[in-house]
Amino acid sequence: MTKAEIIDAVYEKVGGFSKKEAAEIVEAVFDVMKEVLADGAKIKISGFGNFVVREKQERVGRNPQTGEPIPISARRVLTFKPSQVLKGILNPHKERLKRERLEGDDDSEEE
Amino acid sequence: MTKSELIDAVAQRTRITKSRAEQVVNCVFEAMTTALEGDQGIEIRGFGSFTVRHYKAYNGRNPRTGKPVPVPPKRLPFFKVGKELKELVNAPLVARQKAKEEAAAKAKAAAAAPKAEADEPGSTA
Repeated sequence: MTKAEIIDAVYEKVGGFSKKEAAEIVEAVFDVMKEVLADGAKIKISGFGNFVVREKQERVGRNPQTGEPIPISARRVLTFKPSQVLKGILNPHKERLKRERLEGDDDSEEE
Repeated sequence: MTKSELIDAVAQRTRITKSRAEQVVNCVFEAMTTALEGDQGIEIRGFGSFTVRHYKAYNGRNPRTGKPVPVPPKRLPFFKVGKELKELVNAPLVARQKAKEEAAAKAKAAAAAPKAEADEPGSTA
């Protein structure tokens, strides 16, 4: 999926925008997120996940080819932690097992 | 920033109502979720890409009791930050580091200069 397909989804599902407007608004969504993360703040999207900027200390790495130690400078990196909801969507089978365990041997299937 | 703050920021920037911005933001993340659910990757140029990683079943351990626990196979979304955003996130630090190095170089030059003033080296760190 590309940004163009996300724009299409917004254009079709939300509606009321021209293609160009849909493109501008989707662009704004990612621009705002980029700016916030560049500031070092985190973004929490409930149901999807958290984007967190982490401060990494300086450390000694190694050139994997030569084994030579090389310093890796302190840096900020962006990490994404998927929400439990998103993980559950990707693992429906696991979710069902969990539910069954919680509900004991209740056989009622509600999909 | 939470999702509702993101919605506010998008509404303000694009001059649409909050409820419209909310629909758009929800639609964006729903579309992305659906793609991942269907095992499809997502690529947002300048931002990053999401892929679905498949993990086989393995035997884990309960870290508290040390008892082995079977971990069933699972799928997890994986985010790889794009080059542009990676540099943006790290930029302030790079700038700070550069300033520090320049200051150090200057201090060194000053120390090497004849008749250097005796203000304690390292006190400016």
